[in-house]
Amino acid sequence: MGLQPYLLLSATVFSIGLFGVMTRRNTIGILLGIELMMNAVNINLVAFSRYTAAVSGMIFTVFTICITVTEAALGLAIVILLFRVRRTVMADHLDLLKG
Amino acid sequence: MISNPATLALAAWLLPALSFLVLAIVYPLRRLGKPAAWFSTLCAAAAVISAFLTWNTASAATEPLRLVWPWLPSGGVTIADVGVLVDAQSSVMLCLVTLVSFLVQFYSLGYLHDEPAPSFGRYYAYQSLFAFSMIGLALSPNLLQLFMCWELVGLCSYLLIGYWYQRPSAARAAVKAFWITKAGDVGLLIGIVMLWRLTGTFDFEQLRMMATSGAIPVAGLSIITFAIYMGAMGKSAQFPFHVWLPDAMEGPTPVSALIHAATMVTAGVYLLVRTDWLFALTPNVLTIVAWIGAFTALLAAVLACVQDDIKRVLAYSTVSQLGYMMTAIGAGVAPAGFLHLLTHGLFKALLFLGAGAVIHAVGSNDLPRMGGLARRMPQTALLFIVGTLSLAGIPLFGGFLSKEEILGAVWMGGLPGPFALLMLVAFLTAFYMFRVVFLAFFGRPAPAAAVAHAGHAGAAATGGAAPRVAHAHLHNEAVVEGAHVNEAPHAHEPPATMLLPLWVLGLMTMAVGVYTTFGGAATAGFFVGGEHVAANAEPALPPGWLTPAAVSAGIAGILLAWLTYQTRTISATSLAAAFGPIRTAAIRKFWIDDLFEAIYGVILLGFSRVVGWIDRYIVDGVLNLLSDWTVQAGDELRGIQTGKPQDYVYGVATGVLVLVLLMRLVF
Repeated sequence: MGLQPYLLLSATVFSIGLFGVMTRRNTIGILLGIELMMNAVNINLVAFSRYTAAVSGMIFTVFTICITVTEAALGLAIVILLFRVRRTVMADHLDLLKG
Repeated sequence: MISNPATLALAAWLLPALSFLVLAIVYPLRRLGKPAAWFSTLCAAAAVISAFLTWNTASAATEPLRLVWPWLPSGGVTIADVGVLVDAQSSVMLCLVTLVSFLVQFYSLGYLHDEPAPSFGRYYAYQSLFAFSMIGLALSPNLLQLFMCWELVGLCSYLLIGYWYQRPSAARAAVKAFWITKAGDVGLLIGIVMLWRLTGTFDFEQLRMMATSGAIPVAGLSIITFAIYMGAMGKSAQFPFHVWLPDAMEGPTPVSALIHAATMVTAGVYLLVRTDWLFALTPNVLTIVAWIGAFTALLAAVLACVQDDIKRVLAYSTVSQLGYMMTAIGAGVAPAGFLHLLTHGLFKALLFLGAGAVIHAVGSNDLPRMGGLARRMPQTALLFIVGTLSLAGIPLFGGFLSKEEILGAVWMGGLPGPFALLMLVAFLTAFYMFRVVFLAFFGRPAPAAAVAHAGHAGAAATGGAAPRVAHAHLHNEAVVEGAHVNEAPHAHEPPATMLLPLWVLGLMTMAVGVYTTFGGAATAGFFVGGEHVAANAEPALPPGWLTPAAVSAGIAGILLAWLTYQTRTISATSLAAAFGPIRTAAIRKFWIDDLFEAIYGVILLGFSRVVGWIDRYIVDGVLNLLSDWTVQAGDELRGIQTGKPQDYVYGVATGVLVLVLLMRLVF
């Protein structure tokens, strides 16, 4: 099997993730979308690593997974704090940065 | 014992500097008043001694003596020196400056003894600074040091005119004097710098050698000499810059004697005397100098005739005599002008100090309020008359020879126009000065004073209160309005501190007068340096009728004043009526002050308003428009920021998409 199917899979997962981030009103849903996008990147990294026979891509993927986990933990913590303060986690209500 | 004249001259220069620094830095001493005054006066006395020792040794020396240090080093080359240059002219000028400065400081001990101690100390600090600056100007070896000291004396003049700065008129007069002389100083600075560009040096000796050997190109030199003359015009109160000097009389009378009669105002004449070899290269500028000098002399003499303020008469007389000196320089005989500078310095200081004694006694500057003072203060009257006869150019008195020299120089210089003006001025000078003498010292006391005299005959015994009241006038004119009526009867001889300088100046004036009257023109060399006069007096002697004519002009003036103001044979009012329009014009000061005010009010203020309008509405307007636009654009654009995170994600995603498309399609 060549490189292309993996890249197609990766692109599809990324697009689904982006669609989720852009359309979900719930902040937790947005976090899930971000997770999908991250993993699409991981698929890309592994696929290219195999394709070029360079190990560094694999090692990099391990790091990325770690970062993804911490990011998810932090993101959820922020969402919980946000809920305590604002009593909502709906993204379109959180517009304090409005100009 | 130091015997080198240059070292002595340096000592004379630095002693007032020491006094100034001590008074300026040691604040408690200055606040004490009296001790500060004595310290400054003692320094001035020491300066007088070293100055006369300098003159004594320097007049024998043939070569000018220099004691200089490099100043303004620039890339291995020294632009100018700082130090002293002692020659015949500068050493005699040094003597005049230190002597008058010392006498005035001594006189002020009595004249200003009722001043509050802190301002008394301040006065002496200024006096010391002035003496330092003026000596530096006289001894300067180059134009740069001269210019620096020139500005310093201008500053001291400003500070001392405005000594009673609480009085608005004094503050105004100080500012007026400063600005008008400054207008001339700009010319002087331009002249000095242009001369430096032409010759590459500021040094008098080098410039003189270049000028006499013809190394200075004459083309374009007229502009330079005229610019230098501009500075002299401002300082020496030549028309049309003479307007500041009469107003400068707002300062204390000793200051007027020192700065505005004997020394600072003659700095312009001195500058031209110092650079006469340069002016000799530009005869056209010299002609202007002569004509303006003669015109100034006449204008000021006419103005002096209508003044009722004794100090203003003397001020206009100073302007007039400065015009005399300038005319002599314009005629190409600078030593004659310089001789008159020296004798005028002595007798005009005497006149001012005498006027100060009168003002001190009467408590008013107004001539009609004086009268019959000769009986009450005979010594002052005698000395004042000595000064007046000197100024009138009567033989045996100080101003006789110098006036003859000038008239002779102007006649021989082929300037009949200025000569005629100066002869007229000689007549007017005698007239207005004897008008002062007869009004103030002879005749009946003023009516108001006579009435008061009867009422307060007993009060004269208490004495001590009178000078205090008299001084109140100097601080506050409102007080004097109520008080002066009582004062004239109490008029008495001034204290010894004031009388002594008067006697010194009077005797010196007489000594100079007798010496020069009998010795003739040859003795002038004793004062202004032998070689100069010898070089100029040899070729031709003025005609024999000149001396009798000039003296009879003076005597005619005295006679007219005597008939008008003493015997009252000629009514003063009918005399005034005979000169109706001229008199009216003279009372309005020939509208020159008004002209300056109009220039200031209409042109300068109008121009400022236009510039102000441009600044406010055009320069500021453009900036305000730009800032308004920025604010408005920001207001419009802030709507983009919704604050919703997902909108930003849309933005980023769209941006990436656009970039990708651009890369595919365009690049």
